[in-house]
Amino acid sequence: MSITQEADIRREGETAVVYANEYLNKITGEKIERECRDKIAAGCSRLLVSFRDTEIVNSIGISILLGVIDAASGANAEVVFTDVNPDTAHLFETLGLSRHARIVTA
Amino acid sequence: MPQSEQKLIHTFSALADIGQEVAHKYNFHEMIRTSFHLLLGSLAIMRGGIARYSRFGHELNFLAVRGLGDDFPVSASIDPADEREFLTAGMSAIEVSQAKMLIFFQRYQPFVEKKGIELIIPMIVHDELVGLVMLGEKASGEPFNSADRAIVQAMARHIGVGIYQRNLLAELERKAEQNRRLYEEMRLTYADTVKSFAAAIDYKDKYTEGHSVRVGKYSELIAKSLGWSEERVEGVAVAGYLHDVGKLTVEKRIINSPTRINAKESAELSKHPVVGYDILLPIHHPYTDVPLAAKYHHERLDGRGYPDGLRDDQIPYIAKIVNLADSFDAMTTNRPYKARRPAHEVIEDLQRNSGKQFAPELVTALCEGMLDELEGGSEDKSFRRLLGREYMEAEGIIPMLRNALNGINATGSLTLIASE
Repeated sequence: MSITQEADIRREGETAVVYANEYLNKITGEKIERECRDKIAAGCSRLLVSFRDTEIVNSIGISILLGVIDAASGANAEVVFTDVNPDTAHLFETLGLSRHARIVTA
Repeated sequence: MPQSEQKLIHTFSALADIGQEVAHKYNFHEMIRTSFHLLLGSLAIMRGGIARYSRFGHELNFLAVRGLGDDFPVSASIDPADEREFLTAGMSAIEVSQAKMLIFFQRYQPFVEKKGIELIIPMIVHDELVGLVMLGEKASGEPFNSADRAIVQAMARHIGVGIYQRNLLAELERKAEQNRRLYEEMRLTYADTVKSFAAAIDYKDKYTEGHSVRVGKYSELIAKSLGWSEERVEGVAVAGYLHDVGKLTVEKRIINSPTRINAKESAELSKHPVVGYDILLPIHHPYTDVPLAAKYHHERLDGRGYPDGLRDDQIPYIAKIVNLADSFDAMTTNRPYKARRPAHEVIEDLQRNSGKQFAPELVTALCEGMLDELEGGSEDKSFRRLLGREYMEAEGIIPMLRNALNGINATGSLTLIASE
């Protein structure tokens, strides 16, 4: 599992692809939310958050994802969580995140 | 894993993390932000805010908000009646639907309702309102049940403790700053009083006008040259300013005698160190040994001084400094019975009496201080101000000082070997 300190965000057309990694679960993960807001302001209509390298998501991570959802809802942008492992998908389901973002399991 | 079990583990992890955050974070704002994420993330709450309450201004200041929009006020006033209501509620979450009687709610109703705030949790620590937590709807769309309330109340309690600790620390810092200012004011008042005393002493003696002030300054310069701390330098300067305070009780006629005084008058004058000590002893000085400096500033290393004929190690160090400063001023100013001596003679005298009357390392410190000022190593021009530019810059003074320093150092070493 790789742990990066910087938000790994790429833009592909109107889609912003965000790699959550492990630092989503720390206060530094706030950068993801800021970057997503910037990408939406720059015209992205779709936010794709990849959990390819994310084993678990804690409460800080959930809060940051809610921030991403909040950013997207203000601009009618779509949010998709991809490569989500079954446990995390289950948690998203339980907490109700699946009502605001499409979940694509790994 | 069953759904309820996974949710429980997730929530309890957040509760454990928030406890650690509050206990170990030294950065208050980071602690608040992290705790806020943990609180929202524990139950996936879409929006909310944490506000700190100032009981002096009856004002709430939001420290962290999420999803409340840019138009949400960063601060909000609280009526004293609301404060009482919140205190009565304790740490229980208040549903917005039940909070409509609060003046606070009526005042901010458009914001609270429009932003979908569902719960308000007062943070109370030691019967004191320290802030509020406001929470919006859960991502699941389900209402907060009793278990959810218990969890957010527990988390709010932790955050409240963090805010309370911060308030205590801020209060402590404010008091420390207040004390520091008070101490500084007292220190300045003390310094002014000491200088006034010195002026009063000098006023009595028309021939040695400014002597106490100069002895204070020379003592300070010697201590600085020795590399002493600022506080110790101040202390020795004070000792210099007050060394002759005992002269206030000596008849003016004796002090101002234009001719040499007789034995009886001399005995009277010789009492001034002990009288000075008696005057200064009851005063609580911020520096040590000020009374001792007054008592022993006429003692000599060779034991031929007064009042007690003490020898080298028996003489308090501060008194040795004041003794040198006193003698240096006596040599470099005009007296009724003796003219000011030229600089080269004074340096020779210091050299000759080093180890007899004066401590060699103190003579070295005095000469080094003068040399440093003359050679431009120091921006301080105190010696020039005290002695006059012409006197200080007399021809040949620099080589004399260098020569004296070599000689004094050698004497100092010999004295040390002999004493061992």
